[in-house]
Amino acid sequence: MADFLTAFLMLAACGVLALVVIGMVRILRGPSRADRLMAAQLLGSGSVAIILLLAFAGGRSAFVDIALTLALLAAFASVAFSLNALGGGSGAGEP
Amino acid sequence: MILALLFDTLLAVAMIVVAVWMISVKNAFAAIIDFMVFGLLLALAWLRIEAPDVGLTEIAIGSGATGVILLRARGLARDRDEMSATPSIGFKILVGALCGGVTLGLAALVLMPPDPAPTLAYAAAENLHLTGVGNPITAVLMAYRAFDTFLETVVVLLALLGVWSLTPDRFWGGRPGPAPAASVPAPLTFLAQWLVPLGVLIGIYIFWIGADEPGGKFQGATILAAMWVLLMMAGLTDAPPVTSRRLRAALLVGPAVFMAVGIAGFWLAGDFLAYPPDFAKPVIIVIEAAMLISVAAALGMLLAGPPMRESEP
Amino acid sequence: MSLILDLFTIVCVAIGLIFFAAGTTGLLRFPDALTRLHALTKADNLGLGFVVLGLLPQTGSLFDALKLVLVWMLVQFAGATGAQLVAMVLRKEGGGK
Repeated sequence: MADFLTAFLMLAACGVLALVVIGMVRILRGPSRADRLMAAQLLGSGSVAIILLLAFAGGRSAFVDIALTLALLAAFASVAFSLNALGGGSGAGEP
Repeated sequence: MILALLFDTLLAVAMIVVAVWMISVKNAFAAIIDFMVFGLLLALAWLRIEAPDVGLTEIAIGSGATGVILLRARGLARDRDEMSATPSIGFKILVGALCGGVTLGLAALVLMPPDPAPTLAYAAAENLHLTGVGNPITAVLMAYRAFDTFLETVVVLLALLGVWSLTPDRFWGGRPGPAPAASVPAPLTFLAQWLVPLGVLIGIYIFWIGADEPGGKFQGATILAAMWVLLMMAGLTDAPPVTSRRLRAALLVGPAVFMAVGIAGFWLAGDFLAYPPDFAKPVIIVIEAAMLISVAAALGMLLAGPPMRESEP
Repeated sequence: MSLILDLFTIVCVAIGLIFFAAGTTGLLRFPDALTRLHALTKADNLGLGFVVLGLLPQTGSLFDALKLVLVWMLVQFAGATGAQLVAMVLRKEGGGK
């Protein structure tokens, strides 16, 4: 069962990776900048899930700390983007 | 294992596609998002080849901090023509040729490695216990290659000087970045109030476990710097003026302590940057703690940008 | 007992995958940016949430389990506030098309 579980977790990691990579088509298509940012956010949360799955599939508990760091920094892109776009902090909004 | 191969193939194909896309896309914003996404995929690749320390650094600095710097730079560049001007054809060709040369050189090394590959890994691992540090990466950075590590932190400081040198004369001595927004979106205030205490805790934790697990001063410092910048963006605190003595002390304490320990090494252990054998680990921790403060201060000020407003009387 | 816990893991992670699939589908297929934002938050909250829930029985210690829950909570903070901020941008720029 343990081997099966390891294989399943690895398969799940493949699945999440495939899904978020497909979601990246939104970065290409846009149309708005928010859409592109959203695809990156999906890849961010997906990467957290993938790192956790890899941690348990490979018995690497140190990976959990890496997922923790990624989760902590996940909000920054949205914050920087929206402050620019809302005109707060740094100049006017882009047309 | 076939599933591992599937994962790696998927990852490699996705990275190549994103890389080509990032170079060819015309929209600068899309290119920045691609860059951040590429950083995340690259971090996953580092994890897959058992280099979690590099993966952690890539997440913190490569994708996270650099992405935010690029987004902010893009936000600032809009009003100023010269900053958003497209480079000339000749310049593009030059950059392409240089990058292509580096790529070919790296490819040659990977495809035709010297045989046997030169390695100091065995000698390094054998003497690991002398440093008292459990994580071999930290041991190499702080004991075997301490001078390189020292210079790396000086490089961060030089980068900050580069950014500060862009300050228009009339703004020198002021606080970095544009003035804080009059009204901050409520969700941002909420995020800053809840995330920053947690983030500071996690930053110190990542720094502390660096002795035995992936982590360390650079990654911890990036998290602390990010939390500081989050407070600035939420308008809960303002960046210190570039002339602030406390700021400058924080920027210099790391290199200064490192240098002091290095010179003390002549008397205590017989060589520059040599650690006294019985105290290697405490000495390394003291240096790392001082470096944590300096790198966090430097990265935070890098993210804040050059002074862009009148200095207060 | 271990078998039941492993089954729990498999079921929860599989549900998490379904929510990631839903998030991706929504992001690609929904007609405007605000609905796409809605789809994205489902992957953030529930996709990662179920993956974390499924992995909890596999942790070796309470500390590790707490770290897993903390990872999920941090992504919640980021997702919830990020979605609010992006929605404000979309509203300002008009309609979110």
